[in-house]
Order: sequence, then C-alpha cells, then structure tokens
Amino acid sequence: MGTDRSEETAAGPMHALERVEPFLLIAVGGFVGAALRHAVAVALPAGTLPWGTLAANVLGSFALGVLLYEAHLAGVLSAETRLVIGTGFLSSFTTYSTFAVETAGLAPELAVANVVVNYVFGFTAILGGRWVARVIA
Amino acid sequence: MVSPTLLVGAGGVLGALSRHLLGERIDARTRDTLAVNVVGSFLLGALVTAPIGDSALLVFGTGFCGAFTTFSTFAFETVRLAETGEPRRAAINAAVNLVGALGAVGLGWLVVDGLA
Repeated sequence: MGTDRSEETAAGPMHALERVEPFLLIAVGGFVGAALRHAVAVALPAGTLPWGTLAANVLGSFALGVLLYEAHLAGVLSAETRLVIGTGFLSSFTTYSTFAVETAGLAPELAVANVVVNYVFGFTAILGGRWVARVIA
Repeated sequence: MVSPTLLVGAGGVLGALSRHLLGERIDARTRDTLAVNVVGSFLLGALVTAPIGDSALLVFGTGFCGAFTTFSTFAFETVRLAETGEPRRAAINAAVNLVGALGAVGLGWLVVDGLA
C-alpha cells in the first residue's frame, strides 16, 4: 500500500506537467514567432508594398510546407516538435490580419498586387517546402 | 518604454494560445482557419482605428491579432484542397478568406468610428 501511494504522488505532478507542456510549447513558439515577424517588418519597412508581411508569410509558408510534408514523408520529427514549430511558431510568424489591414489601406491597383504576390508566392512556397521535404526525406 | 520585442512577443503568446484553445488545428477544417482569420482581422481593423497608444497596438495588434490569425496554415490547406481534386473548393477558400478578412477590417473601422 505504501508503494501504491508513492506511485500516486509521483504520477500526480507528471500528469499535470504533461497537460501543461503543449501550452508551454505553443506559448514559446508564439512569442518567438510574433517577435521575429516584428523584427522582419522593422528590417523590411513598407515601400510600394508591405514587404515585411510578404516576407514573413512566404518564408513561414515554405517552412510549414517542409514541416508538414516531412510528417507525411518521413515522420522524423515528433508530434511535440511539430506542435511548437507549426502551431506555435509558424502560425504566429505568418499573419492574415496584418496582410488584410495593410491591403485595405493600399490604393486599389496596389491592393490587388499585394493580394496576388502574397497568394502566388505563399502557395508556391508550400509546394517548394514539399519539394525540399522530398529531397531530404 | 518596454522593448517592442517583448510587447509583441507577449501578445504573440496570447494569440497563439487563444488560437489553439479555440480548437484551430493545422491541416484540419478550413472553416476554423477562416474563423480565426476573420475574427482577428475585425479586431485588428478596430485596433488600428481606435485611439490606443503605440504599446497597446504592439501587444494587441502586431502581437495578438498577428499571431491569432495565420497565413501559413491557410496557404497549406488551400494547396491541399487543390491537390486532392477539389480545385473549386480551393478557389472558394482563397476567395472567402480574402473577402471575409477585408470585410471584417472595414467593419472594425466602422464600429470604432461609430463609437467615437
């Protein structure tokens, strides 16, 4: 009985830690992702188009392409790694709301150009990421 | 003033956790991604119009709304739809996110203008 109780107390905090861990991983990824996006926006100030958001969206889509196709093709990375990188970091690094607000603030022809470059390069980046995942898998 | 990196990062933590807690998952239902993108765009549209300070805009705008919404997941899900023989749904998904988010930004502006 004494042994049972010590196992229970050992199991208690372990369970709590396992439940908290995904949130901690996502929190860390969210911090780094958002902070890095801000750094990219500062380094690449908006000119004719908002280049910083475009760079973050394209780079982040490429990395998500690598990450998710790697999961299908090789599965070397653990589910936890994919959670912190995908849900935490990359989803926070890339942004739809900033893209939408910036697009809404542009002159009509530039707004169309901004949508086209984000969509075309973003979708192409996903495919490029898959190609890289295939090569390394 | 607190460093901008810290302010944006703190907002990013809240944005990423909120998105996760609301059940948005990468490579799952596209309507979940649409929902976070439209809601986040509405909030950001309201925030950039509201008379809040630079620090608050960094935390809640660049940090929270930026991290809550996602372009990479949207792009991945759209490409996957196109590749799984559903090009029409892919095109609709791309268009609905755009129209929904732009409409939400406009609505956010209007709401704050109406309150002011």
